[in-house]
Amino acid sequence: MAVTNEIQLKVENIHMAFGGVQALLGVSFEVKKGEIFSIIGPNGAGKTVMLNCINGLYHPQKGRIFFEGKEITKLKPYQRAQLGISRTFQKIELFKGATVLDNIRLGRHIHLKSGLLSGAIYFGKTAREEVEHRDFIEREIIDLLEIEHIRDKVVGMLPYGLQKRVELARALALSPKIILLDEPLAGLNLEEVEDMTRFILDINEEERWQTTCVLVEHDMGVVMDISHRVMALNFGEKIAEGTPPEIQNNPQVIKAYLGEAEELYVTRR
Amino acid sequence: MSHGDSWQEIEITKDLTIPKLWLQMAKKYWDKKVAMREKEYGIWIPITWKQYYENVKRIALGMVSLGLEREDKVAMIGDNRPEALWCEMAAMCVGAVGVWLFQDSLIDEVQYIIDHSDAKLMVGEGQEEVDKCLMIKDKCPKLKKMLWDDPKGMRAYDDPILISIKEVMKIGEEIDKKEPGLFEGMISKGKGDEVCLLFYTSGTTALPKGALLTHYSMLTMGRNLMRVDPYFDTDDFVSYLPFAWIGEQMMSISCGIQAGFTLNFPEEPETAQENIREIGPHVMFAPPRIYEQMVRNVQVKYLDSTWTKRKAYELAMKIGYHVAELKFSKKPIPWHWKLLNYLAYLGVHKKLRDHLGLSRIRYTYTGGAAMGPDHFRFFHALGVNLKQIYGQTEIAGISVLHRDDDIKFDTVGRPIPETEVKITPEGEIISKSPSVFMGYYKMPEETAKTLRDGWLHSGDTGFIDTDGHLVVFDRTKDVMTLSDGSKFAPQYLESRLKFSPYIKDVWAIGDNRPYVTSVICIDYGVVGKWAEDRNIAYTSYPELSQIPDVYELIKREIIKMNRDLPPAARIRKFVNLYKEFDADDDELTRTRKLRRAFVENRYKDIVEGLYSDTQNIHMDTTITYEDGRVVHIKTDLRVMEVPQ
Repeated sequence: MAVTNEIQLKVENIHMAFGGVQALLGVSFEVKKGEIFSIIGPNGAGKTVMLNCINGLYHPQKGRIFFEGKEITKLKPYQRAQLGISRTFQKIELFKGATVLDNIRLGRHIHLKSGLLSGAIYFGKTAREEVEHRDFIEREIIDLLEIEHIRDKVVGMLPYGLQKRVELARALALSPKIILLDEPLAGLNLEEVEDMTRFILDINEEERWQTTCVLVEHDMGVVMDISHRVMALNFGEKIAEGTPPEIQNNPQVIKAYLGEAEELYVTRR
Repeated sequence: MSHGDSWQEIEITKDLTIPKLWLQMAKKYWDKKVAMREKEYGIWIPITWKQYYENVKRIALGMVSLGLEREDKVAMIGDNRPEALWCEMAAMCVGAVGVWLFQDSLIDEVQYIIDHSDAKLMVGEGQEEVDKCLMIKDKCPKLKKMLWDDPKGMRAYDDPILISIKEVMKIGEEIDKKEPGLFEGMISKGKGDEVCLLFYTSGTTALPKGALLTHYSMLTMGRNLMRVDPYFDTDDFVSYLPFAWIGEQMMSISCGIQAGFTLNFPEEPETAQENIREIGPHVMFAPPRIYEQMVRNVQVKYLDSTWTKRKAYELAMKIGYHVAELKFSKKPIPWHWKLLNYLAYLGVHKKLRDHLGLSRIRYTYTGGAAMGPDHFRFFHALGVNLKQIYGQTEIAGISVLHRDDDIKFDTVGRPIPETEVKITPEGEIISKSPSVFMGYYKMPEETAKTLRDGWLHSGDTGFIDTDGHLVVFDRTKDVMTLSDGSKFAPQYLESRLKFSPYIKDVWAIGDNRPYVTSVICIDYGVVGKWAEDRNIAYTSYPELSQIPDVYELIKREIIKMNRDLPPAARIRKFVNLYKEFDADDDELTRTRKLRRAFVENRYKDIVEGLYSDTQNIHMDTTITYEDGRVVHIKTDLRVMEVPQ
């Protein structure tokens, strides 16, 4: 998708502290509609905290967050989800005892209109609605993420790489306008990294999806390859923001990755 | 079978072509019968003969507008899906020649075949095939256009050589509106003795050779097969093996068009086994590795299940094996054994067959490579009518087949009608039938070597036994001379050992050597599970293969097999290889046959080690992955002796 100039997500001067620990110190940034915006930084820089603030798991002590022009700082996570903010987790947060399909369906729950009673009778509208949503899940998600062969498998029995894919599938089931991806590549082998990267690009670029992505990731090769813009955090402070080449040449970023300068350029490939 | 009288043989003249017959069938069934089904988005989507006809028509006319003429070649690559068959049929309707490539072919193979076949159009499934085409197009100037059908990942491609099948169909539809009779007119121009397929054989030694097959040879082969085993239009068949394998063409095209059965295409290659179970086909033809995998699945599940289930299985199999043995030796089955077998069927066999997708199976064939007698017995014990088939691409598929009441697991059966099979004084199997090919494309010398006075020379050694059954020994050049001077087929040893669930591949060595040895590729999944159950830690295939306990496990399996062999043929030493044999490393052909000459050269250090006193073989080598990455491997392989 072509990156537009429309600001979709605006984060203003966020402060977040846990007791005496300052996790975020006045971080501000803007994400444009249609872009892949990556947040990088050493461990403990506050990347995941930032995502948790955006989707409402944490409430920052100071600062404001706007989504499509509307302030969402005080909204609950489910209300933000209803607006179209979806996410995946660094540590897989699926229902391990349920099947892949059931996990994905749960992600679509927000779009179900029929009530408890008609659900119990399961007739007419409810049945139709279920077919419609199943059709969406099959066409747009299972086919896209190539998980046909595990559709009816129990999630807990699947290898880690596939669970990561299911996590993404569930986040997509929301039909999000923006998706927050927390280290989607962590723990994957080379082939899985390539697949997952391809899926992220598909979600961002395919006409059907064209979804804005906010990506937290350590694999610098991938981040620099696919991001439109990158923001670097260090000890809760924003130290740089710009295009991948600008970030790669930023002396402060290199310093923050002290002794790891090479990591910015070298990927595991 | 109740529909015995619905089978009507079609008269095959020199004028009849595959498209002509296909057209008749399409008009006959039209929208009243499902021609094919594809599982997509989780459900089976039916395609009637009418839709089949219309899609082929659009593609064919679209291809013509792209410049396709009679006798041009159309190369095709991709997984089994309806679009693939539509394109093949469309090319034939135009009078062009289909060329199939294996979907996992590496770029060099693709380039060789596209260039050698003079292909004008190429049809691929999606991005992967498109990438292959774009990489070779500058080196294959005769290639004019590439058709693709899956839009996934294709958004950024704008090379002018590319065109989507959707677009081609749109063009075809417009042409059809302007000239309604054009399509059927093209079909009527075809003649039966024209070439319809250029089929590249995978070749265990040299470059692939392109066998020229005519409509007549394809159709007669199908008819003669069905004279032995009739198929009906009520039958279901699952098409999931590569179209580049003649066996799949023979079922989907030669027999499919004549019998009018329904073709079913799995959702993805990974879901094939599950989809077969959903369909429950009546007919099946697969190379031995598919059946070997089924047996392995059962054996592994058996090891994993509870005590009562294991006992039930053992009992039911014992009954099954006994009854199968009686059938093999053509002895009557006493009523009490029949009863026991029925109980075994109710208790175990029925469920097992259902899980393997064999619940409705009437005929199932294995061919293309040798299959061990143990595998064979296993399926008959379950009451599955598994039969051997023997044939070549050069004879449009098959020439020899077991009859239902006359199955011997060490033979491949008797010739099908109109087919003669003889053994030359040198022991080579030769055959003659209306289905024999025209020759190899642009290789007159090879043709002259293979086709002499109408007799197809197979390069296989064999003999005909007292019952008139053909016994295929092995490829002539592979037959080993043992230390006692006797001849022995290495594939016999190999297929026997592969009955062990722990062993995936075997390479037996022993030609003109003092004793027989083997190189073993363990089955990563099964041995891995075995190790986990015993708290043996490992991180990778190379490491697992060298663990002493795993060596002991394999040794026990070899000792078990050695018992049934003549002393000179027994395996004395073996090595567990640090990787599996792979077609990408040229160790196997695309149909998974071992390329002996190649592995012998590649692993000559191992062979040397097996015939010296060393306990350890040091390996220093590289592995090339599909995407071109090269990995360096340094490892020590243990040589283990097998007590005799």
